Amino acid sequence: MTLTLDAPRIVETRPLLEVHGVSKSYGPVQAVRNVSAHAYPGEVLGIVGESGSGKSTLLRMMNLEEIPETGSYTLDLPDVSGNLFELDRFARRMLCATKIGIVYQNPHLGLLMKHSSSGNVAERLLVAGERSFATLRQAATEALDASEFPLDRLDAPPIELSGGMQQRVQLAKAIALEPALLLLDEPTTGLDVSVQALVLDTLKRLQQDRQITMVIVSHDLGVIRTLADRVMVMRRGEVVETGLADQIFQDPQHPYTQQLVHAKL
Amino acid sequence: MSLTALTKPWEAMSYGFLDGSAKRELRRKMLKSVAVPGCQMPYASREVPMARGWGTGGLQVSLTLVNPQTRVKVIDQGADDSVNAASIRRFIARVAGTPTTKDALDADLIQSRHRIPEEILREDQVLVLQVPNPEPLRPVQPNMSIARQMHADADYGRMWLQLYEQIVRSGRVMQGASYPSLVHGRHVMTPSPIPRWDVPKLHMAKHLTILSAGREKRIFAVPPFTRVEPLVFSDVPYKVEEHGALTCTRSGTTGFFMNEIPRDDGSSAFEVSDSEWGVKTIRARDGNGESRGETWYKDGEMPQ
Repeated sequence: MTLTLDAPRIVETRPLLEVHGVSKSYGPVQAVRNVSAHAYPGEVLGIVGESGSGKSTLLRMMNLEEIPETGSYTLDLPDVSGNLFELDRFARRMLCATKIGIVYQNPHLGLLMKHSSSGNVAERLLVAGERSFATLRQAATEALDASEFPLDRLDAPPIELSGGMQQRVQLAKAIALEPALLLLDEPTTGLDVSVQALVLDTLKRLQQDRQITMVIVSHDLGVIRTLADRVMVMRRGEVVETGLADQIFQDPQHPYTQQLVHAKL
Repeated sequence: MSLTALTKPWEAMSYGFLDGSAKRELRRKMLKSVAVPGCQMPYASREVPMARGWGTGGLQVSLTLVNPQTRVKVIDQGADDSVNAASIRRFIARVAGTPTTKDALDADLIQSRHRIPEEILREDQVLVLQVPNPEPLRPVQPNMSIARQMHADADYGRMWLQLYEQIVRSGRVMQGASYPSLVHGRHVMTPSPIPRWDVPKLHMAKHLTILSAGREKRIFAVPPFTRVEPLVFSDVPYKVEEHGALTCTRSGTTGFFMNEIPRDDGSSAFEVSDSEWGVKTIRARDGNGESRGETWYKDGEMPQ
């Protein structure tokens, strides 16, 4: 029996997300200065940095909530092309609703506090055009179940829920439409350590099950270490160091990263 | 030539109470709102001798549309004889010298609060509805600037969220009045606080409907033969109030929108909400040969 082998070739994976040379300032404050980043499909990119380093601004730009002065942003997805910063409001909204999910640090930003939890998840599908009650109900239940939300609290409004539960609702809402990109802005900050561990477990399991590309922003190196494959360290609006997570944590090169890692350990 | 020759003789007020420029603005805004069905047009709501919230928007439209030949009917919650309806009718008659009527078929202009007459309106009739809150997105988006953007983008997903919440909480859609409806497949409007019973009457209606909110300074319209579709889930059909089998205790008519009158023993009696329809039914029963028009609902059902 002869074995036929494919001709050797170089495997070329293109990054799913590519941000190139973005700068943004708020009046005299330069929040982000000429930052580039990319994430491959299924990869988790962690962004660390102190408060005010521009990491959250960068994430908001990836969610198209803010448009930088310069720079480009591309997502390598079918029927998405060109610099996404140049999209009009309408196209931007549809793209954000269907392709990008986001979890904010503050659940008040991402959730309608007085509506039911399942309604919050269903809203995503409604924006995308789903109009069948049974489908909405089913999809909301599935998404909440996937983010390990107790289903007996399905219709409780988030304002009555604990912080960890609110984050799970946000997560369910973010993954309800199976987005290609999941953005997490300090998802566990403000939760106590045990709840934080549970939420991180959920995130890790979701990432393994669905192979979603994630960008996670945190000042907490523990969170980044648990989740991220690759890490970007930011300071004063600039990237000071990038590398694989292990590399950054074991062998930090830049003095600021060294300081950060030692402060943690 | 003297100055008096160039000026008009002194009058206590201009015809129809509003001055010429106010009426001109309203006419322009009405044309605009007819041109873009269901889209809210801002206008400079003038002072009228009535408190905001009592129908000042509808009154301004009526005062603009009347001429001395216009027969005016005013309805308040279906009744022609309530204080509000009687006062508005008398006011229009006094400042515009118009004949008034209570018969929906006889009227040229019908100003109404909370109801549409049960008899089918014709091409030559205009229905003016008083609107307290013209913005259907207000319950889901308190920021009006963003709500305007949502209208521009036809971003109405959250309206269904409202219905979703009602079904989840109560097992059915609880929205009783002002049921949000999609006009001409483009703009979602609130059809003023008419009951769900009346919303299908607007769909492909022959008459022109103008909805005006005086306090909120917005005007919008449903032109004749325009689609008006209540927002529904594809698997939860739109339901009107279950009044189809109720009988009016005073006139004996069945299959129309009823007012519930609680009795001392805890039961309730029903009385037809469109008072003039009740009056006509009684006259017909007593053999007074009153002509009753074709009604929208037949045997308590809206024909499709």
